[in-house]
Amino acid sequence: MRIAVCIKQVPTREWQPRIDGTRRGVREQDASFEMNEPDAYALEEALCLREKHGGEVVVCTAGPARASQVLREALARGADRAIHVEDERLSSVDAFVVAGALADAVREEKLDLVLTGLQSDDQGAAQTGVILAERLGLPHATIVMDVQVQESSVRVKRELEGGWFQWVQMPLPALLTIQSGINQLRYATLKGIMAAKKKEIRKVVLAAPAAAPRVRVVSLDVPRKTKQTQMLTGSPSEAAKGLVRKLKDEARVLA
Amino acid sequence: MIVVVAEQQRGKLHRASWEVVAAAQELAGDQPVDAVVIGANPAEAASELSQAAVRAVHVIDSPLLEPYTPDAYTAALDQAIAELKPSHVLLPHTYRTRDFAPTLAARLNRGLVTDCVGIKPGDKPTFLRPTYQGKLIAEVAVEGDVPHFVSIQIGAYRGDSAKRGSTAAPINTVVVSLDASAIREKPEEPFQEAKQAVDLSQAERIVAVGRGIKAQEHIALAETLAKTLGAQLAASRPICDSGWLPMERQVGSSGQTVAPKLYVALGISGAIQHVVGMKGARTIVAINKDADAPIFEIADYGIVGDLFEIVPALIAELEKT
Ligand SMILES: Cc1cc2nc3c(=O)[nH]c(=O)nc-3n(C[C@H](O)[C@H](O)[C@H](O)COP(=O)(O)OP(=O)(O)OC[C@H]3O[C@@H](n4cnc5c(N)ncnc54)[C@H](O)[C@@H]3O)c2cc1C
Ligand SMILES: Nc1ncnc2c1ncn2[C@@H]1O[C@H](COP(=O)(O)O)[C@@H](O)[C@H]1O
Repeated sequence: MRIAVCIKQVPTREWQPRIDGTRRGVREQDASFEMNEPDAYALEEALCLREKHGGEVVVCTAGPARASQVLREALARGADRAIHVEDERLSSVDAFVVAGALADAVREEKLDLVLTGLQSDDQGAAQTGVILAERLGLPHATIVMDVQVQESSVRVKRELEGGWFQWVQMPLPALLTIQSGINQLRYATLKGIMAAKKKEIRKVVLAAPAAAPRVRVVSLDVPRKTKQTQMLTGSPSEAAKGLVRKLKDEARVLA
Repeated sequence: MIVVVAEQQRGKLHRASWEVVAAAQELAGDQPVDAVVIGANPAEAASELSQAAVRAVHVIDSPLLEPYTPDAYTAALDQAIAELKPSHVLLPHTYRTRDFAPTLAARLNRGLVTDCVGIKPGDKPTFLRPTYQGKLIAEVAVEGDVPHFVSIQIGAYRGDSAKRGSTAAPINTVVVSLDASAIREKPEEPFQEAKQAVDLSQAERIVAVGRGIKAQEHIALAETLAKTLGAQLAASRPICDSGWLPMERQVGSSGQTVAPKLYVALGISGAIQHVVGMKGARTIVAINKDADAPIFEIADYGIVGDLFEIVPALIAELEKT
């Protein structure tokens, strides 16, 4: 089977975003980037399905030139080839535009399955995969924690709220948005990294943005505190001492 | 007109539906707010919602809407929206909304703002939503033709602040035509995994570890603190995803909801999906090396620093007494 995995390049989680001069964007100069976490799980799931059923794993990203790094990493982990919809503007558009661009890039690929992460660590729209399914005319399931491919259908375990799950079956081809924790991640081996150098990254150029964005950032801000936090300062032992005293005398949660 | 799409399960209204009514009333100004209840025989939920100060409750009732599928929901709401012609459609940001709302908005070529935590009403309203894992708040505008779709983060509005009507709102039926053969998803019965051996909901004290713990071998450090405090050990999702602690110790929207007297968060950033599971704790302590971590927004006491220095000091201090 042929499986596409959509992978977004996002700033690392440790990075503290600083708002730029326009107040609509962040200073990316000091960021380092990585593969969006649920997308790494989606890739792993695709590699497991290929081991079981044979076929090909194609990874896709839509983003500026720097985003090719996540494709290289995916190829090193075992993906067969890659598609990069490359455009500087793609780093500041909404899910509507990104999904349209990804749909155009993979439409002719004769895919059996498309996997995405359930949401991105930076924008967190939780929309791109679902819109992509609509654009490709595919049935979909979101927040998926298990995938069983049958003849011409797929049976998936959806996570519901509060520890509930549900199996759902649908015909192939289909699109699934994958939840973190679905499998155990493997990392690239040296052999994989060497092999990746010979694999193809096909570049796709956006003639004009596929669609006008529907959601536009007006301004960015830092969140306001809702609660007055008492900060305990000093050396670790001073802070610890202060905290224990507060928990005993003020909060009265310790004997 | 603003439409609230309520969520219900077998006649029982999801409590977040009231929160969305509150949000819609804030957005509306003097425009009317209508509610839509969708499902198979959702009469009970519709009657509960008719207590809200809304102009009308519209019921979409079809046996093909139970169990939930994105195909049936999208087809039904597409038709209802064409009939009602709202300017905005508000929904709770639940797992179900995540599953069908992007399809619906995309099919209509309309914009959808997800996970909204605040609204600036007006001629051209804007919406506030967290980005970068809650480290920033983005104010966004929706472009293009109406209706504009907005999903509201659970807990962002208070359900009890939604205005109630002096009399019950009229309940209408919206007739939709659904084609069973066009529903591609075949759901089975929902289920829970094997009975949870650890019931964190009863714990008086909890020490919870997050990704700041760095490696599996350091879990022992948190365990020692938990023992010293007489607390249960819990974790954020990534710790359970990595298999460092069992799933049953996960706190949050996809794990357990807890309300201990004391909750100590070690190296947890405070993502909304974690916070919904523990914000009911009476006293929250956060230890995090990042002074800007969102967890400090809800903590009563905080220490900014390296947990590998703070936790041993804390254990030593507790053992003294
Ligand atoms: C649909 C859905 C459901 C989800 N359900 C849940 C759920 O039920 N429960 C849940 O927890 N999450 C859930 N998540 C994931 C959630 O969004 C976050 O990704 C997760 O909670 C982050 O975990 P964390 O805080 O441990 O890690 P991170 O966000 O990576 O934070 C690690 C923190 O540790 C701090 N740190 C690092 N080193 C140190 C040190 N040496 N000393 C002190 N501090 C340090 C960092 O400053 C950072 O703040 C869900 C997500 C989705 C999309
Ligand atoms: N620019 C992108 N390139 C490739 N995949 C993307 C891109 N943006 C989002 N995705 C995919 O869509 C998922 C959801 O992203 P989002 O809608 O931004 O929350 C991600 O986990 C990715 O799998």
